[in-house]
Amino acid sequence: MDKSAKSVRKDWLLIQKLIEKNRKVLDIGCGEGELIENLNKNKQSDTKGLEINGEYVRKAISKGLVVIQGDAEKDLYQYDDESFDYVILSQTLQAMYSPKSVLLEMLRIGGKVIVSFPNFGHWKIRLKLLATGRMPITEKLPYSWYETPNIHFFTIKDFQEMCMDSNIFIEKSIGISESGRQFEINEKSLLSNLIVNEAIFLLSKSGIEPIKIKSKTLVSSGSQAIQV
Amino acid sequence: MEKKIELKKDIIYPCDVVKFVNFKLKLESGNSINNFQIKYKTYGKLNSEKSNAILICHALTADQFVGDPNPVTKKPGWWNHMVGPYKPIDTEKYFVICSNVIGGCMGSTGPKEINEENNLPYALNFPTVTIKDMVAAQKMLVDALGIKKLFSVIGASMGAMQVLQWVIDYPKSVNSVIHIAGALKHSTQNIAFHEVGRQAIMSDPNWNKGNYLEDQKPERGLAVARMIAHITYLSEKALYRKFGRKLQSRDIISFGFDADFQVESYLRYQGKTFVDRFDANSYLYMTRAMDYFDVTNILPKVMKFNSEDNNHIHYFIISFTSDWLFPTNENKEIIKILNKAGKKVSFTEIVTDKGHDSFLLDEPEFIDVVAGFLESNFKIIKGS
Repeated sequence: MDKSAKSVRKDWLLIQKLIEKNRKVLDIGCGEGELIENLNKNKQSDTKGLEINGEYVRKAISKGLVVIQGDAEKDLYQYDDESFDYVILSQTLQAMYSPKSVLLEMLRIGGKVIVSFPNFGHWKIRLKLLATGRMPITEKLPYSWYETPNIHFFTIKDFQEMCMDSNIFIEKSIGISESGRQFEINEKSLLSNLIVNEAIFLLSKSGIEPIKIKSKTLVSSGSQAIQV
Repeated sequence: MEKKIELKKDIIYPCDVVKFVNFKLKLESGNSINNFQIKYKTYGKLNSEKSNAILICHALTADQFVGDPNPVTKKPGWWNHMVGPYKPIDTEKYFVICSNVIGGCMGSTGPKEINEENNLPYALNFPTVTIKDMVAAQKMLVDALGIKKLFSVIGASMGAMQVLQWVIDYPKSVNSVIHIAGALKHSTQNIAFHEVGRQAIMSDPNWNKGNYLEDQKPERGLAVARMIAHITYLSEKALYRKFGRKLQSRDIISFGFDADFQVESYLRYQGKTFVDRFDANSYLYMTRAMDYFDVTNILPKVMKFNSEDNNHIHYFIISFTSDWLFPTNENKEIIKILNKAGKKVSFTEIVTDKGHDSFLLDEPEFIDVVAGFLESNFKIIKGS
C-alpha cells in the first residue's frame, strides 16, 4: 500500500490516541515509518516496523528506526507470543491473501490489535454498484478491479461478524465519515455501515474465553458435566 | 616476564602495529599464540568521549587497507568508495579502525610471519585460528586503543561472521552492528567449495607441506583456488552479462585449450593477480576459520540469557538477492533469532544481480542505507 498518500493519515492520529505511553508496539506495513516516529516521539513507545517494500524499509532504517523488510503473511511467526502490547495494521487488511490468519497471528504476538480499513459498505459504493452495475472506483479505493491490491473487500458488518465468530473481542470501534467526522461505531446501528468511510478497530482476545486449568476434574455446569 | 602492549607505526607497511609482548592468546582450539602482533589502519579522529569508533571487519582475502591504497597491489583500498572524508562511512565524523585478522597475511601474526622461537616462518606450525580467536585479538586492540564501546562493528562475509562473534562475546562493547551477507554457519556447499580450493593448493608440488620457499610458492594451486572462489562471488546472470560467450582476442574458437572465452581469460587474470598478494598457507587457515564458524546454537542462548547485555544493540542485517554464497534465507535465520528474543533488529534485502561481491561494488541502495543507518544511529547515541 502506498503509505505516502496523504489520505491515510487521518487514522494515524486516531491510532495514537488509542495507545498509552511507554508501550511496545509493532507497526505492520509501516511504510517509511511516519507512524513509528510519531508513536516514539509522542507516546515514548518502543515501536518496531515490518514493511514489504524495500525502498520504504531503507528510508525508515535511515531515520534510525527499527524496521524489517518482510511479509506480514509469512513473517509474523518469528515473533514470540505476547511480545508486543499493541500490533497495528493500518489500511492493509484488505490486501492480504488470508486476512483472518494474519489477524489471529497479530492477536497471538500482541496483547491488543489495532486495524484500520476502508469500509466497502459505504452508501456511495453501494449506490455505484447498484446504479452502474460495475465495481466502484472511489477516492479511498481508486483501482480498477483487475489491478487493485485490495483483494478482499469487506464491510464493517462483515468484520464485526468475523470477530464474533473467531472469538475476537472488539474493545472499541471508531468510524471516520467522508467529511472527516469521527464517532463510535454502534454495533447494532445499520447507519454506521452506511456512512463510515474508514474504520478503526481495537481488538483483543475474547475476554470470555474460559481459564485453562490443568486439572482434569469434571466441573458440573448446569445439567452437563464439562471437562476443563 | 612482564606483559607489555606496544603501539607504534609499522616499518613495513603504511599502517600501525600493536605488539602484545609476553601475552598468551588462548585459542578456541586449546592452543595459544605468544607475543603476537596485529597490524591495523585507523582513519579520522577519536572524539573526546571516545564514542565515534567504528570497527570494520574484513572478509576472507582483504586486509587493513580499507580506505587507502594497498601497498602491495597499489590499488585503491578494498572499500575505498565507502570509507573516507564525507563518504558513507565518514571519517570526518567517525574514527574507523580496520585490522588484519590474526592468521592473515598483511603483517598480523599468521603462518607467513616469523616464529620467534626458531626464526622460521610459522607455516603449518601456526595453530588453527577461528572467527572467535580473530575477534578476541581485535578486542585486545580496541582495548589497547582505550575504547570501551564501539559505536558500530561492520563486516561482510567473513567480516559478518566476526560481527556476530562480537555480539556474542562482547555485547557490552558495541552500540550497533551492520552484518552484511553472512550466516549463522558456513553452509555445506560453502565448505565444499573451500575444500576444493584447499586441495588445489595442497596438490601443487611447490606447496611442500606448507614449507615453500619465497621464490617457489604454490602459485598454480593458489590461483586455481581463487578462480573457483571467484565464481562463487558472482552470479550466473552477472557472468553472462559481463562475458556471455564472447571470445578473447580471436574471431574463431581455437579447438584447443587456450583461453578462448573471455570468462576464462578473466578468471585466469583473477588467479594470477591474487598470488602476488596472498599467502597460500594463510588461505588455508582463513578458509578453515570460516568452515568452523557455526553459532546456530549459541546465538539464541546468548540472546535469551544475556539479554541485559545485548538489548541496547541495534542490529542491522543486509543481504543481496543474487548472493548464493550467503543467500537471503540464511541471513534471515539470524533475524528470526533476534526477533524471537525481542531485539532491535532491522533488515533489508538489496535487489541486484551482482552476487555475493555486491557489498564491494557501487550499489547505491546498499551504500545509502549503510550511511543512513550510521548517521541516524550516531545522532541517537549522541542525544542520549
